[in-house]
Amino acid sequence: MDKWEDNRAWWLVVPVFLIVAISAIIPLMTVVNYSVQDIFGPGQRVFVGTEWFKEVLGDRRLHEALWNQFLFSGLVLLIEIPLGVLIALAMPKRGWSASLCLVLLALPLLIPWNVIGTIWIIFTRPDIGLMGVAINGLGLDFDHTAAPLDAWVTVMLMEVWHWTPLVVLLAYAGLRAIPEAYFQAARIDGASAWATFRYIQLPKMRGVLTIAVLLRFMDSFLIYAEPFVLTGGGPGNSTTFLSIHLVKMAVGQFDLGPAAAFSLIYFLIVLLFSWLFYQALQNVGTGNKR
Amino acid sequence: MAKIELKDIAHSYLKTPVRESDWALKELDQVWVDGGAYALLGPSGCGKTTLLNVMSGLVIPTLGRVSFDGDDVTSRKTEARNIAQVFQFPVIYDTMSVFDNLAFPLRNRNVDEATVRERVHEVAEMLELEGELNTRAQRLTADAKQKISLGRGLVRSDVAAILFDEPLTVIDPQAKWKLRRKLKQIHERYKLTLIYVTHDQAEALTFAHQVVVMNEGQVLQVGTPQELFESPAHRFIGYFIGSPGMNFLPCEPTEVGFSVAGHAIRVSDEIRAKITGREQGLELGVRPEFVRPANGSDQGAFETTIRAVDDLGNYKIVTCLLGDLEIKMKLPEDRAVPEGKCRVVFDPRMIRVYADGRLVS
Repeated sequence: MDKWEDNRAWWLVVPVFLIVAISAIIPLMTVVNYSVQDIFGPGQRVFVGTEWFKEVLGDRRLHEALWNQFLFSGLVLLIEIPLGVLIALAMPKRGWSASLCLVLLALPLLIPWNVIGTIWIIFTRPDIGLMGVAINGLGLDFDHTAAPLDAWVTVMLMEVWHWTPLVVLLAYAGLRAIPEAYFQAARIDGASAWATFRYIQLPKMRGVLTIAVLLRFMDSFLIYAEPFVLTGGGPGNSTTFLSIHLVKMAVGQFDLGPAAAFSLIYFLIVLLFSWLFYQALQNVGTGNKR
Repeated sequence: MAKIELKDIAHSYLKTPVRESDWALKELDQVWVDGGAYALLGPSGCGKTTLLNVMSGLVIPTLGRVSFDGDDVTSRKTEARNIAQVFQFPVIYDTMSVFDNLAFPLRNRNVDEATVRERVHEVAEMLELEGELNTRAQRLTADAKQKISLGRGLVRSDVAAILFDEPLTVIDPQAKWKLRRKLKQIHERYKLTLIYVTHDQAEALTFAHQVVVMNEGQVLQVGTPQELFESPAHRFIGYFIGSPGMNFLPCEPTEVGFSVAGHAIRVSDEIRAKITGREQGLELGVRPEFVRPANGSDQGAFETTIRAVDDLGNYKIVTCLLGDLEIKMKLPEDRAVPEGKCRVVFDPRMIRVYADGRLVS
């Protein structure tokens, strides 16, 4: 069959291009626009080049927020992924108890994010909150509005309570998808429970765990509503994460230029780390060297 | 190596089996001789896999006893039984190399590393996997993966038997033939007890010395391929083995034997003694291979009408009608088939009599 030059098929790409343009490219370009100009009002703007970028990169409070953010996301991954896998392993495999577990686990995922913050404010209040009163009753002085460590513990607890179920659901689905023959073969080969986990379950969960790590990294790195409601970024700036800092900059102080410049940097960090995690998880244990 | 005995085994996957159909295995006694090559043949869902799992301990039978060389292992876990099993789909540990895959069962049992290396190399040589020992198992083809599954059974020098659960299902025909030959070689060299589940009769008949035919949770017959072919113990086996299946024609007892559609057929006194007094449920069974068009000199031929001739390459299947009874005959490709009417005769030595579906002998 002869080939002929006809590129009309490219028109089929137009709808996708339009959707992506409206949903991503145009908003992103607006941010780019703000990041390189100083805008005083309609018709009054000055091109400032990379000045905003230099400013935000040297901002000490932003460094602090960035450090908080990495610490937070790091802890989230270190706690939620192993914990999620552990719970998934311990869950019943079939029957009504399996369904019950799934429903109970899914509950935190259904609650609106700022409601979660409110729930935890009340739950941890030292005067009336169940957890706050209980801890203080043990003789420990616990108040997340006063002590940075208490604030961190509360934020982490809330985050783990809220999002570990997502990891559990993904891991559980991954575990259930492993054909029974693998477990039978492992028994015949005399594998211990640990060996079965290490050589069958963990490798077979690679796909779902990649998704879990990426989702939990991105979501935790972009977290805003729950800690904002719970601690407002305090005490001091101890639980100020990047989004909270960014909103303060953009909406609180109306510094649109630095905020836009920082948004772009923020976006690139998330993109870079997601890519790194993805590559690492795709290659771990496959013997591929990169 | 060991002799495996199954005594009064029955199994149901339900907690409280009530009806007959609740049982996946019904009352079964079977002895697997040390060093035998057995095929377990039967249609899908007949209980073959359950029986295999009972032996390997993956399923603990509801009733009965399993023993290896007289040692009762019924309640012993799979890990503690010396048995290996190869599954329908190749099971490999994909993050491990081929070497580590083969070494896995030994390392789990704390065998010292020098012995592990020796055993793995020996098995790899036998299975022609030596060149791939350092490759990741995940990258291999389906037949190589299945060889690894088999190899994990072979590395253990103490296995009582290797059980195969339709291991060649996902292997393409060329490799299938090679693997099957490999299995035969291994059996001859190591005198292992091999029990091989399949629903493919050609596979069963070429592989095994003894074929066990199952249906609906019961063992219907154990015999050599020839016995199964010539004297099926049950109507079901007559149908299931051979292509096409056995011809069954209802018959009535007479003074000298019995009659089929008015034609008298003589049988031995012994068989006649067994069928006298029976009025119903008697059938004559004869394989299509032992039916042929009559010559002029043949006595007692049946007058039939030919309904169809199917040419299947190296032979043909002729379907004849005797009244409304259908008789199939299998003829060599070059044998001429008359049009319309045809007189057919049965090889008298190959006629079998069945009462209520069971062989009278």
